[in-house]
Amino acid sequence: MFWEKEIETMERKELEKLQLKRLRATVRRAAKTPYYAEVFSQLGIKADKIKSLDDVRLLPFTTKDDLRENWPYGLVAVPKEELVRMHSSSGTTGRATVVFHTAKDIDNWTNLLARCMYMVGMRKSDVFQNMMTYGLFTGGLGFHYGAEKIGALVIPAGAGNSKRQIQLLYDFGTTAIHIIPSYAMHLSSVFEEMGLDPRSTQVRMAFLGAEPHSEKMRRKVEEIYGFKAYNSYGLSEMNGPGVAFECPFQNGMHIWEDNFLVEIVDPKTLEPLAEGERGELVMTTLLREGMPILRYRTKDLTRIIPGPCPCGRTHRRIERITGRTDDMLIVKGVNIFPIQIETRLMAIPGVGKNFLIILEREDYNDSMTVKVEVERHFFRGDLTELEKLRRKIAEELRSEILVTPRVDLVEPDSLPKSEGKAVRVIDNRKD
Amino acid sequence: MIAEQISVFAENKPGKLAAVTRVLAQEGINIRATTIATSDTFGVINLIVDKPRQALEALGRAGMLVKTRKVLAVLIPDRPGGLDRLAQTLSKAGINVNNAYGFVLENGQKAVFVVDVDQLEKAEQLVEAEGFTTVGPEILR
Repeated sequence: MFWEKEIETMERKELEKLQLKRLRATVRRAAKTPYYAEVFSQLGIKADKIKSLDDVRLLPFTTKDDLRENWPYGLVAVPKEELVRMHSSSGTTGRATVVFHTAKDIDNWTNLLARCMYMVGMRKSDVFQNMMTYGLFTGGLGFHYGAEKIGALVIPAGAGNSKRQIQLLYDFGTTAIHIIPSYAMHLSSVFEEMGLDPRSTQVRMAFLGAEPHSEKMRRKVEEIYGFKAYNSYGLSEMNGPGVAFECPFQNGMHIWEDNFLVEIVDPKTLEPLAEGERGELVMTTLLREGMPILRYRTKDLTRIIPGPCPCGRTHRRIERITGRTDDMLIVKGVNIFPIQIETRLMAIPGVGKNFLIILEREDYNDSMTVKVEVERHFFRGDLTELEKLRRKIAEELRSEILVTPRVDLVEPDSLPKSEGKAVRVIDNRKD
Repeated sequence: MIAEQISVFAENKPGKLAAVTRVLAQEGINIRATTIATSDTFGVINLIVDKPRQALEALGRAGMLVKTRKVLAVLIPDRPGGLDRLAQTLSKAGINVNNAYGFVLENGQKAVFVVDVDQLEKAEQLVEAEGFTTVGPEILR
């Protein structure tokens, strides 16, 4: 059950020694980037000041804003010709952050994904259908490479086109899939529409990624399809998927500590929390050459599950993500910041002062409604004009956030005021 | 003569029409005709009233999004074929009708047909040349 037994079951002491060595190397690499070079000189940071893993606290935190402000090459540690791949976070132009990889980085990342999938039983005899978006998003290519590394037959189906997905599942005897949990729910209704039983395929395992989901939702997916579903965690700043993954015990995700140094901090004080306490996950890359990132604030809330796992792996487990410390929304696997919606809306003539985002979940499918106030002078008593405005808003938002919202036009001053800490989002999604 | 229609933006939810009619009743404004055009979650309530200016102010004071819209109110004989002649006239001239509705002024005698058209002045001249009478608020009292 081990892809790399020696590393996966390494004694904690040995693992920590390895981490310290790699942390020092990471700091040395970071010093070669324009951004960290400047921060280090201000703070007097040098690799040889790192004497223990606790000394990671001497290093500065890195935020998404830091990545954005130093876009695109400010955190690159190697000559540009060494880079072989870029990926970007979901979300679009204004808010995207870019991550670069060398050939070795891609190898390491690929290996991590192979480790994840091998852990839950994927082998070279499997047929793996990857139902994730290929492209800038890391979920598609990351898993693709990992599955090929194991030697499985990979069907790069990509996202969407449900009937074709189902056809492919049957035609090629797919045994493993990578899928967004809400899409898995949607797909089951397409099975039913086609008069097919979701349990009648040969799929025996699914990797659920790209959006946080509850234990209840996982059980529901497993029940509908009759396969095992494993939670997958990652973020583009830390390569993408392959950061943490469930083992067959399905009780927390092993976070690969040979590749990442993990801290859980209080999101307000940024002080470290005791093991087992819930806080913000902070990570430092330990092997990445192209773009080392120190103490990255993921804004994801989780905790370390104390104690060893019966599977024998020594890499600690994090609990499924229970929330965010910022206002980022994840809808159908896409990361969305309310500010993106605000910026687009306010540029459309006819849009009034306030808006409200409402998220709902029905039959495990997420939907987004955006209520938008009509500008007083825009209204001339004509319904056709209002309809045009509504369509325009829906199109503009779609091109910004990649999700098509339902748009409701409402009267001026009927929504909560946008000044101060207005509630812009009502999230009614449960389980 | 150009008539004025009151148009109220209305979210499609219970009580909206009642809120509009309550304001008008309190002001002693007489509603001659009303139509509601809806699009899923929102719509427009159109009203022909005897005192459009007063209605506009009162509804505005009540916090509603309200506008007056220029329309043609055309007197037609209240008998078969009356409306057809008007519709044929507009159609031949290539005038597009955004919205139209009618009401009876004197039973068996006269009806009023309200048309919201894209070329208002041209339409007015045209229908008058055809012998129709267009009316304003005074006749709608």
